[in-house]
Amino acid sequence: MPDVKFTVDGKQLTAPAGTFLIEACKTNGIEVPAFCYYPGISLKAACRMCVVRIEKMPKLQTACTTPVSEGMVVQTETPEIAQARKATLQLLLGNHPLDCPVCDAGGECELQDMTFKYGAAESFYAEPKHHREEQKWSPVVYYDRPRCILCYRCISMCGEGMDVFALGIQARGSSSVIAPNVPAQMSPDDLAHVDCEQCGMCIDACPVGALTSGTYRYKTRPWEMNHVSTVCTHCGDGCKTTLGVRSTSDGSEIVRGDNRDKSGINNDFLCNKGRYAFDFANNETRITQPLVRQPNGELKPVSWETAFDHVGKKLRELRDTRGGKSIGVIGSNRTTNEEAYLLQKFARTVLGTNNIDHHRTADYVSFAQSLAGNTDRTASLRDTLTASAILLVGGDPTIQAPGTAWNIRTNVRNHRGRLYVANSAEIKLRRQAKSFLHLAPFGYSALASYFAGDAAAGSEAVGDTDALTTFREAIKAEENLLILIGSELRGKDLKKLIDFGLTLPGAKFALISDYANSRGAADMGLLPDLLPGYTPLAGNTTFAEYNTPAAPGLDMIEIFEAAERGDLSALYVVGSNPVSRYGIDPASLKDTFVVVQDMFLTETAVLADVILPAANLYEKSGSVTNSYGDLQLVSKAGDRAGVRTDFEMIVRIADKMGANMRELIPFGKGTRADMGQSRGVHSGEADRHAVWLAANNMEPKLSPFDPFAILDEIQRLVPGYNLLRLQLLSGNDQHLQPAASSNGLVQIGSRRDLVLPANDTLFTSGTLGRYSTMLSDLQHNESLRPPTGLTQIQPAAD
Amino acid sequence: MPTLVSHPDEVKVVSRRFGQGAADIDKYVELDGYKAVQEAIAKGPEWIINEMKASGLRGRGGAGFPTGMKWSFVPKQSEKPKYVLVNGDESEPGTCKDHVLFLHDPHSVIEGTMIAGLAIGSKLGFIYLRGEYRYLLKIVEKAVADAYAKGFLGKNIFGTGVDFDVITQTGAGAYEVGEESALMESLEGKRGVPRIKPPFPAVVGLYGGPTVINNAETIANAPHILLMGGEAYAKLGSERNGGTRLFGISGHVERPGVYELPMGYSLRKAIYDVAGGIKDGKKLKAIVPGGSSCPVMLPEEIDVGLDFDQMGKAGTMLGSGGIVVLDETVSIVEFALRTIAFYQHESCGWCIPCREGTDWIKKTLTRVYNGGGNKKDVDNVQYLAENMLGRTFCPLGDAAAMPTIAFVKKFRKEFEDYIAGNKAGTPIITVEQLVGAH
Amino acid sequence: MSEIANTIFSPELAARFDKLVTIYPLRRSALVPMLLYAQDEVGYVSDAVIAEIAERIGLLELDVRNVLSYYSMLRTKPAGKYNVQVCTNISCMLRGGYEILDHCKHKLGIGHKETTSDGVFSLEEVECIGACCWAPAIQINYDFHDDLTPEKVDVLFQMYRDGQGKDVK
Ligand SMILES: Cc1cc2nc3c(=O)[nH]c(=O)nc-3n(C[C@H](O)[C@H](O)[C@H](O)COP(=O)(O)O)c2cc1C
Ligand code: SF4
Ligand code: FES
Repeated sequence: MPDVKFTVDGKQLTAPAGTFLIEACKTNGIEVPAFCYYPGISLKAACRMCVVRIEKMPKLQTACTTPVSEGMVVQTETPEIAQARKATLQLLLGNHPLDCPVCDAGGECELQDMTFKYGAAESFYAEPKHHREEQKWSPVVYYDRPRCILCYRCISMCGEGMDVFALGIQARGSSSVIAPNVPAQMSPDDLAHVDCEQCGMCIDACPVGALTSGTYRYKTRPWEMNHVSTVCTHCGDGCKTTLGVRSTSDGSEIVRGDNRDKSGINNDFLCNKGRYAFDFANNETRITQPLVRQPNGELKPVSWETAFDHVGKKLRELRDTRGGKSIGVIGSNRTTNEEAYLLQKFARTVLGTNNIDHHRTADYVSFAQSLAGNTDRTASLRDTLTASAILLVGGDPTIQAPGTAWNIRTNVRNHRGRLYVANSAEIKLRRQAKSFLHLAPFGYSALASYFAGDAAAGSEAVGDTDALTTFREAIKAEENLLILIGSELRGKDLKKLIDFGLTLPGAKFALISDYANSRGAADMGLLPDLLPGYTPLAGNTTFAEYNTPAAPGLDMIEIFEAAERGDLSALYVVGSNPVSRYGIDPASLKDTFVVVQDMFLTETAVLADVILPAANLYEKSGSVTNSYGDLQLVSKAGDRAGVRTDFEMIVRIADKMGANMRELIPFGKGTRADMGQSRGVHSGEADRHAVWLAANNMEPKLSPFDPFAILDEIQRLVPGYNLLRLQLLSGNDQHLQPAASSNGLVQIGSRRDLVLPANDTLFTSGTLGRYSTMLSDLQHNESLRPPTGLTQIQPAAD
Repeated sequence: MPTLVSHPDEVKVVSRRFGQGAADIDKYVELDGYKAVQEAIAKGPEWIINEMKASGLRGRGGAGFPTGMKWSFVPKQSEKPKYVLVNGDESEPGTCKDHVLFLHDPHSVIEGTMIAGLAIGSKLGFIYLRGEYRYLLKIVEKAVADAYAKGFLGKNIFGTGVDFDVITQTGAGAYEVGEESALMESLEGKRGVPRIKPPFPAVVGLYGGPTVINNAETIANAPHILLMGGEAYAKLGSERNGGTRLFGISGHVERPGVYELPMGYSLRKAIYDVAGGIKDGKKLKAIVPGGSSCPVMLPEEIDVGLDFDQMGKAGTMLGSGGIVVLDETVSIVEFALRTIAFYQHESCGWCIPCREGTDWIKKTLTRVYNGGGNKKDVDNVQYLAENMLGRTFCPLGDAAAMPTIAFVKKFRKEFEDYIAGNKAGTPIITVEQLVGAH
Repeated sequence: MSEIANTIFSPELAARFDKLVTIYPLRRSALVPMLLYAQDEVGYVSDAVIAEIAERIGLLELDVRNVLSYYSMLRTKPAGKYNVQVCTNISCMLRGGYEILDHCKHKLGIGHKETTSDGVFSLEEVECIGACCWAPAIQINYDFHDDLTPEKVDVLFQMYRDGQGKDVK
């Protein structure tokens, strides 16, 4: 759209035609107050706070609904306007309970701020206030009508934003209330409830303390927390989240998760897990002391030194006696890139084995292989918000990757993106789709073949092949198509689909996986036959300095098969629960020395000879890579006495094995760092300082426990990880493209299908989720749902 | 059943067929019914709009917008279908003129709807009646059915190849739904909350299509205007206020009723001659001239012509033509309270100033009324009302603020005296009643 | 979507609803009239009414509740067989509306939005009903009665009790 020129408060401004005045002002640093306006949702013009004076208009006008126009002359802060806003606030405060001292929103309340600004605090309200009891709509959503200023943001968030429509407005006038979709009389406990996805976006959008969160309410005051911006651990989207932490006697406790920093790849969004399911960190069953199994079979708490000694000695002995090939290593989907990288390097160079794998939730190996030799063909999560067209094959982002689903819905709603969905299930996103192709069960392979040119496969993919043809032609007509692929497509099928996509000009791809660093785990080479960046083992020069065994190692399944045969001398598991996930018979590990680093006594941990209590993603620094290849900074928020980061533990074990530490971790020359003292609350600061020094060509002095010490090497060696340090450190996401080079393509055809989707619901999150009280409550809440009738689908026509 | 009244000063145009059984289609046809629409088909949209413009007809719903001009704003070309919407929500307190119109001459509304449709190129009209008018809805429904049966509605009307349909619709109790965009929301099966303007209905209205919305009386005038000619109609009224208007005179007058008077007719004469003067020989205290939202007038202000411009100059409004007359026994405090209680009850609640303002003023006046007032209350009420005025999402907020401001300004002393314990008038509401109702 | 297998409405009303949803450019336009007509038959807008209407139109029940709670004529609790609605707005008030309301309260022994124990009458104070020039006025089951006095009200009540009252539904 062409730009128009206009004047605001005497300043000459320009903005694209059609921009609403309130946005144009904001872009130019002029703040116009608003309660009901929220970018991206439908206009309300209900609060009347944004009134401004526009020349030649008889009345004050609402900036939120007025598009800028050529030559417009606007005043945003005159005595007349201030009076109008003041009066509106006075009117609001009439019925508003002035319980700010105990209100969750106190200190971060838009109404409070406005009252302060316009001096409307002095009240002449002498009438009785309307009173209503607070309502608990779900374990995580509470509603306090008297505090509600009826801005209707929550309703739009839920309806337009989430496509859930669990909130409505009922009654009218001063009796109006926000009402949830399960009325009291239809609920077993005679109380009103929400039947919804429990994302908490309504709470997020609420400008006051009317909607409060079950996890946070009445816990603390905003100014008593530290706010740490980091990345959610629960799914492959890697949403930016801000954790509110508070000091406790044994560390610092996370009391809140929210999205106050809206700069992330998730934009406005955070789902229920990101918002509430940080509480696993505070779970009482957490292990906080190293445990070593005694000859009598009991697990006994020991000191860290004893534990590391024991593990180091034992691993060294087994390596030296039975060879590296007898040792298996299983990495994690939820540790940082630095930890994953270090783990595989440790396995390959210290343990001397390629027997390393992780729980794969999508086939990134085939993905990388299929895209080999191409550049700029992968999409960022940010692209899902802006792409003019998206093809979603398989997957169900609403459940698996809610941030992706949010972006897609927003794109369709606000940018008129065209969505094409092919799925064997009637996934919810079909409601946003321009075209929905209902595939036969297991029809993905046939669909990929059909796309790849095998016309005969069409009838296997869908019943109605005409629809299929129309679908394919529509896609082919799209330029700059974003092809989002679910984990259903693997190996050859994935390759066929990508090959088809590569014929479309400007098409980009993304493969959806399940955890915070599933992509990173694969990128970092937690794979038996590929080095970091999908680099082939044989004949590579990149990792020449590594002295890696040349032969491919055992994959996840083979490792356990080896154990079964008695060929696995040791198994080192970092942040993973393969025993439960792959249904491993515990007896098969009876002759294996098992070391597990975890937070909890999982099915795998209970079999271990040594259990090392680990910090989780919210308790460490580093980086993670989401499903799309977007790299982000993870910052330490919580802290728990008695646990250590996986990074530190790997280093300590390597040290105890007598490894050359300088080779393992290229920490700074002439370091005076004292091993063992850099963790704790100050480490993050030290890291930043060092990086800043490096950026300014000064000499860094890093500790080997500092994950950033190895980031240098990742940057230097891993194809595609040529990231910008300062981007990372300033908390910005960056899209990376670690596709293997086309020469020396890996042959992965011989590997069996190792992809095992997590199959998480909205209220589960792998093994970790079991330790979240809030997720358990939500699952229970879900089981109380009334059977029918309340969440039917809104027809598109209305 | 409403009784019909008449007075020699009346000039009967829309009420011409009242009392003659014109709800019957044959009778209506006999009394020149459905002639205008056939002429309109023959002469085309431009002619219709020109006649309407020439007639000087201004909207009878309250705002007085020139009807011909409104029709001409509808874009000729439109991707979406265009609609005609007849506003029969009549809910402004003091107003009952559309009531008589639907009762006595429903076909004139149908014919008017068709004419508006022809003027703007629409094939579908809606006649929306407030939910309380169920018996009138039946009358209109029957009239529509009869018109279909005669081939006056539906496909190929009057054998001219033109199609036009009419759908009747009922509300379910909400004053705010009389506001044009709220009415569209209601007709689309939603809460009667107004829409953001612009876009205006003429461009984006019902179902997103260009829509002409008019009051029932406005619409019913159209056939008469076409029959008599726009200019002749204009001449019946005053300057820039063409024709005649149905005035409902109620309250303390001897002969309340709906009278059709020429625009510009003297307010004094309307009260003292037409309606027979103040009931039981009492003294006039105040007049609410055009439905409850119009600022109150004092006895000394009634030498004014009843048209949009003259009433505007007099600091009030012609509004919906419902003239409510108050005699000396009325307590203005009570009357103001009853008025704001209505707006508090009917505020849709969408925007802050209207929702909270009406609620607060009502609460304050209730306290004052019950003897718990203090001096500052009068100022506070005025402050609140003045700060609602012009700041609300739709004109309902103004409709509540304007009369409040006028009551407080023109009867300030009565409020102050009341607070001091000297109650003028004879209050009749008991505390319990007001609390119970709202 | 429109034809419902186990409708809770009478066959006539069900047939009327089947048609009603088809006459508008959008089905949803039938919502307000349907709620009102269903109330006329069932006596109030019950949860079952809400569920069936939601299904007929293809809306969420929440949507139906949002809309129904907006309109003052729609109720979610049963009323008496004859619902007496007394206007007390300005024109009626000036001519005895409150007197009529008081009289009804005494005569029926019930208050605003209450129902007599025999279920015959319920009472409601309402806003202007568009009978200002014939004030004071009331409506009983949609039928207007105007220019009232307490004596006329007594006669009316007797008429309804005797089953002579008109019901315009
Ligand atoms: C709160 C409010 C209530 C209204 N109620 C009615 C009404 O009951 N009947 C009506 O014809 N117009 C009513 N109007 C005016 C309409 O919005 C609209 O101006 C009118 O229907 C246009 O028709 P006209 O140009 O023929 O007057 C109301 C306006 C407002 C703001
Ligand atoms: S002024 Fe505001 S609250 Fe009042 S009726 Fe209009 S939109 Fe609704
Ligand atoms: S932000 Fe414009 S009215 Fe609320």
